[in-house]
Order: sequence, then C-alpha cells, then structure tokens
Amino acid sequence: MAGLMSRASLVVKSKFSKLLDRAEDPGETLDYSYEKQLELLQNVKRGIADVVTAKKRLELQETQLQQSLVKLDSQAREALAAGREDLARQALERKSGLQQQLQSLDQQTQQLQQQQEKLVASEKTLSAKVEAFRSQKETIKAQYSAAEAQVRIGEAATGIGEQMADTGLAIQRAKDKTEQMQARASAIDELTTSGALEDFTSDQTELDRELGAIASQSQVDKELEQMKSELGTGEGKKELKQ
Amino acid sequence: MIVRVMGDGQYDVDDEVAKGLNDLDGQAEQALQAGEEEQLRELLRRMAEQVRANGARLADDDLRPSEAIVPPDDLALDEARQLFDGEGLIPDLP
Repeated sequence: MAGLMSRASLVVKSKFSKLLDRAEDPGETLDYSYEKQLELLQNVKRGIADVVTAKKRLELQETQLQQSLVKLDSQAREALAAGREDLARQALERKSGLQQQLQSLDQQTQQLQQQQEKLVASEKTLSAKVEAFRSQKETIKAQYSAAEAQVRIGEAATGIGEQMADTGLAIQRAKDKTEQMQARASAIDELTTSGALEDFTSDQTELDRELGAIASQSQVDKELEQMKSELGTGEGKKELKQ
Repeated sequence: MIVRVMGDGQYDVDDEVAKGLNDLDGQAEQALQAGEEEQLRELLRRMAEQVRANGARLADDDLRPSEAIVPPDDLALDEARQLFDGEGLIPDLP
C-alpha cells in the first residue's frame, strides 16, 4: 500500500475528475468549470455562515450553563446559611460535575475557533484561484489550439479542484464538529434543567425542592418584614395618595 | 515539487525534503494501520512542519496542482479512515 500522501492525492483527485468529464469543446469546458467553481464558492460562503451561526449558538448555551454554575453556588450558600450542609454539599457536587462538562465544551469551542480560522483562509485562497481561473480562461480560449488548450485547462482545473476538495474538507469537519458540540451542549442543558446531572438522578428533585423551600421561607420572612415596616409608617400616606 | 498541506496551502519543496517526507509518510501509513492515533497525528504534524519550514509558499492565485498531498495533522483515527476510504469526509463537488 502506498503512503498516506498518495492516498490523499488519489481521493482528492477522484473528487473533481467529474469537472473535467465534459471535455469535448475546451471553451465549453472552461465556462462550465468556471460556473461550477462559482457555485461551489457560494456553497462555501454559506457553509462558513452556518458554522459561525452554530458557534454563536453554542457560546450562548455555554453562557447559560455558566449561569447554572452561579445559581448552584448561591444555592449552596443559602443551604449552608440555613444550616443544611447536606444540601449545600449536593449543590456543590452538582456544580463540580457541571464544571467538568463545561471545561470539555470549552476546549471544543477553541478547536472549532481554529477550524473556523482555517476555513476562512481556505475560502480566501479558493476565491483567489477562481478569480485567476476566470482571467486565464479567456487567454487560453484566445491563444491556444484545441489540443494545447486541453492540456492547460486540465492543469488549471486540477489545481482548482484540489483547492475545492481541501476547502470542502475544512467545511465538512467544521460542520461535523458543531453538530457534535450541539448534541453535547443540549444534552448537558437538558440534564441541568431536569436536575438529573451526574449521580443525583433520584435526589435531585429533592435538592431543588428543599432549597426552594428554604428560599421561599426566607423570601416570606423578608416580605413579612417589609409589610410590617410599611404598615408601621405607610397606611396614612397611601390613603392620601388615592 | 509542489506539496499541499491540507487545511493550510501549497508549498514548493526540493527533492531532499520530499525524500524525508516519504520516510515519514511510510511510518504514518503504518501508524494508521496499527490504529495509533497519537502517533499518526505526530507524524502528520512533522510532515506538515517539514514542508512549512523548508518550502516556499505558493501564491493563492497559483493554479498549479500538487504532486503530493499531506493530510490534515489533527485527524482523529476514524476521520482518517473515512478520508482515505474516499467516502464522507470530503464532500462531492457540485
């Protein structure tokens, strides 16, 4: 078996041999090939836009997960203040589980960022090649005999096809990556909202409920205090206003 | 000879560099067959570095095809297999 370089060349070349199939009239082939190049360039631009959108959505999801961390932290504090160390521990354990998930998501976001940068550079190269092809094709048509033109077209199309396959691969990988990450992020999201993250499948609702009860108790106390103070000073004023 | 580093660009390298690349390439092929992902990535990374360090980068609007293509150096094992099977990883052109 040949090495990886020749296998990669073979795969890349087989992908664009189709572009050269219509090679009866060189002029026609040139125009047809150029049309296909423009079409692909549009696909690439759309692909990049999709990746950027997906990445923004992931960043938003990450922000929401960060907020869950903050919430768990304050829940732990509340529980501790209410003398419920057991609940505080549960909240902190849950927080630590979430933190690990977030870290791995964060690493993947960085990888995606790198892929996106490569993709944009690749698109720029492809644009430059397509533009070079456009200007060369008229020269080829005007200056060469059919046989010579055929050879030059073959070369130019091969060079472009190679770049197309390379850019195509970059797009495909970035898309795969965003899909994996989206699946992962929404799985974490679901676990967080349903309160079933990590090992707390059974206790979780209990934790939420108990913390909720503590919170609402202190909220009730707070409101009572506020009402008392309002009643103490405010009854007369309210009537004056009406 | 012109070598493409996938995900990067094309470089013109001399024969001496090309020879060194071939050695690494053979090892990379073995790593892939043995399922050694880290080894495969390391070898591909070294191949790309050799090309970048010793080659002259082609202008973006140069239309010459490459004589050899170095696969991306951050491939996972299953991605590499997909790539070399010619299925899936590189999408079909329109």
